[in-house]
Amino acid sequence: MEVENKFGKIKTVEEAMEYIKDGMTIMIAGFGGIGSSYRLVNEIIKKNVKNLTLISIDAGDPDVGPDHIIQNEQVKKLITSHIGATPTTGKLMNEGKLEVEFSPQGTLAERIRAGGVGLGGILTDVGLGTLVEEGKPQIEVNGKKYLLETALRADVSIILAQKSDPFGNLVYSKTAQGLNPLMAMAADLTIVDAKEIVPLGAIDPEDVVTPGAFVEVIVHGGGDWKWGWQ
Amino acid sequence: MGMAIREQMARRAAEEIKNGDIVNLGFGIPQAAAAYIPADKTVFFHAENGVLGAGPAAEKGKEDPDLVDAGCVPITVVPGASYFDSATSFALVRSGKLDITILGALEVAENGDLANWIVPGAIVPGMGGAMDLARNAKRVIAVTTHTDKKGNPKIKERCALPLTATGCVSLIITDIAVIKVEKRGLVLKEIFEGNTVEDVIAKTGAKLIVEEPIRVISYE
Repeated sequence: MEVENKFGKIKTVEEAMEYIKDGMTIMIAGFGGIGSSYRLVNEIIKKNVKNLTLISIDAGDPDVGPDHIIQNEQVKKLITSHIGATPTTGKLMNEGKLEVEFSPQGTLAERIRAGGVGLGGILTDVGLGTLVEEGKPQIEVNGKKYLLETALRADVSIILAQKSDPFGNLVYSKTAQGLNPLMAMAADLTIVDAKEIVPLGAIDPEDVVTPGAFVEVIVHGGGDWKWGWQ
Repeated sequence: MGMAIREQMARRAAEEIKNGDIVNLGFGIPQAAAAYIPADKTVFFHAENGVLGAGPAAEKGKEDPDLVDAGCVPITVVPGASYFDSATSFALVRSGKLDITILGALEVAENGDLANWIVPGAIVPGMGGAMDLARNAKRVIAVTTHTDKKGNPKIKERCALPLTATGCVSLIITDIAVIKVEKRGLVLKEIFEGNTVEDVIAKTGAKLIVEEPIRVISYE
């Protein structure tokens, strides 16, 4: 069915990539590559923008996701929780070519959520008594100690959705959700790669996970990449 | 011929899981514990990438690319399962809804400190969700070999490696013994068949309180 581009948000991949510039902070959702828009990741590699700060839960999979942008030496800093599955990222970090800031996974999620919901940071007990507490203020609330962890925001978020309507109301799929709904709120410009674009009204308002107000650009999903086991 | 020791450790870990528990299993031996939960127990497995009610691995040819566990292995879900984002996933952990996490360990200290995320200068993978899980699961069970490859104790008075969380471990299951972490110290009550209490004491880098009678764990 032909979908009316009523809000001008539906764009081509080429148009979407015009927003991606050198030196930007970019959030890329996905867990081990699942829930990442490998299509837009590939476009970022093609455009070869440099000096990026990437925020992602892990460096993805050696074959897909943020690690590929890192392998291409486009990234100066990575904020993440895990790079164990992506040896190149670790190698570049050890060679001093890539700065990596580790954040515990749940803390990273809440820092991104905080950035998305207009908060300056969060208080958490995770990381107390570990390397994570270094340099961070500790605050006592009701007799309990917490670390102050700052909020994270980005210039652009790269989101993968199962379904979008022309306003950008989003529905996700199973464990491909991950950080997608959080990152969708936490950027000045949110670009969604939707596997399916449906007409306005075709998504039951009860099912909307990310309201379209958080979405600026929608591209239609594609690509022929498959997992090793597929 | 008895079970391989890895399987025995997994089976012993599974004994700790009660009916109705919400459980997160780390990679390796902890994950193998799932196979030893008796059918009369209902257990919900949490995978931190965003599912409660994770089921067995998907059959070959029936994998869903959008449905994986935290190791990115294609899985199934059980009736009653739910999907959620990463914030909700860890909200469940921090707010005390996770009854047990079973994790691997590099070192465990006699006060329950756990080190399992980094060997500075050698292995720097990042902590993933380990700090959140270790800090805030209601019970943390560490599953590890008793000594490292050089024979050095992994259970020590103090951890030398950077910590994952302080004072979090309540039970240590190793390839030779099961040790409780209590306020009074490390308590040895169980050994795996083929070991002696003296062996366990010799291979442990902290004081053990030996509490008779010692259970000798033996699975057919």
